[in-house]
Amino acid sequence: MTGGGLLPRDRAVQPAALTPEYKTSVTRSPRSPLLTLDSTVTEETGPVFGHDIIGPLDNDLINNFTQGASLANGERVLIHGRLSDQNGRAVPGALIEIWQANAGGRYRHANDSYFAPLDPNFGGCGRTLTDDDGNYRFMTIRPGAYPWPNGPNAWRPMHVHFSLFGAAFGQRLITQMYFEGDPLIDLCPIVAAIPDQRQIDRLVAHLDMSQAQSMDHLAYRFDITLRGRNQTMFENRPEGM
Amino acid sequence: MARRPDPDPETASQTAGPYVHIGCLPSVAGFHAVFDGDLGASPIIEGAKGDVITVEGKIFDGYGDPLLDGMIETWQADAKGLYAGQAGADPKVPGFGRRATDAETGAFSFRTIRPGAAKGQAPHIAFWIVARGINIGLLTRLYFPEDNHSDDPILSRIETAERAKTLIAAKIGDAAYRFDIRLQGDGETVFLDM
Repeated sequence: MTGGGLLPRDRAVQPAALTPEYKTSVTRSPRSPLLTLDSTVTEETGPVFGHDIIGPLDNDLINNFTQGASLANGERVLIHGRLSDQNGRAVPGALIEIWQANAGGRYRHANDSYFAPLDPNFGGCGRTLTDDDGNYRFMTIRPGAYPWPNGPNAWRPMHVHFSLFGAAFGQRLITQMYFEGDPLIDLCPIVAAIPDQRQIDRLVAHLDMSQAQSMDHLAYRFDITLRGRNQTMFENRPEGM
Repeated sequence: MARRPDPDPETASQTAGPYVHIGCLPSVAGFHAVFDGDLGASPIIEGAKGDVITVEGKIFDGYGDPLLDGMIETWQADAKGLYAGQAGADPKVPGFGRRATDAETGAFSFRTIRPGAAKGQAPHIAFWIVARGINIGLLTRLYFPEDNHSDDPILSRIETAERAKTLIAAKIGDAAYRFDIRLQGDGETVFLDM
């Protein structure tokens, strides 16, 4: 990727480091201000992942844990969307990794002791590269909500974790996708760490019947925006526009 | 002058949570058959030019306890100071690394080559840290103690020498460095917004 430096990150639309209602943030948040500087070549370049790393089932969480031998349990959903930058340009060839709990709200992880059972046919990880237009898709099952020890009777809304690479290390982002209509979203202190309701709404995937498949699966759409670049002006127009 | 369109807001960050390994380091979570290995297992490929070094460390929280569930990502230049993708860069230096902090000790370590100086900067390795309790990934840098840092645009902007020291690794052997990161409190690491 060429062009100007990265647009400064707008911290007003991002969660603060310290959000006491999310208790673990209290001891894991820096107290000194961040040192703000223009990006350098270090932040403006980034790792490149080739198609050779991606297997045919990598974006199919219903099948990938058993390599196609048995289907995962749960409500079958397609999650798809477009990855673009702040200038509205598609981010092609970008690595997206996701992870999630199973249909009962249990993660396949040594640290998860919730008594909902593991699904022998579900792992919970997927990855893909965006296509030339920045589009991605995952087949999965809708994860269950689950309790967590942040406070009395605290529950996480149904969510899928997303890890995103652009073309630059400074675009690196990890977030969570929620499902339209889940009443637990409004009760969640991790969600509430985001200070701007419009930004919360953008993390809520919408039911997309245009991509649902009759007698097979529902579909949800989740579009994602990464940091953009300063645009150099060329004949009074942003270059390339 | 035509007015530039306002950029769209960046999507909001959310914590990586305690199960980040499932998605980013599946072999650490015990997944060995879903993908063909973890990404970022090594920042270098055999045959990379330059001096091989090791880096180890821990990430400490505000109580002084090491994080047992964190993930670090590293991004660095080759021995000539060029990043993967730049013209002339060493094809044996993909430059990207990923490590979990150990679930029992909190330690991380990796083997790489000492990066060269990228134009106008002292040699460094960028670190990006995510974990449960971290709402948005924390960016910092490792610099090497034996280098001259006086012209580096970042170290020269840090107002006190005491704070700048938090970005300089300790040399613990001929080719071995320790870089501890403190999220909060005494010796709090300088984190970057750039």
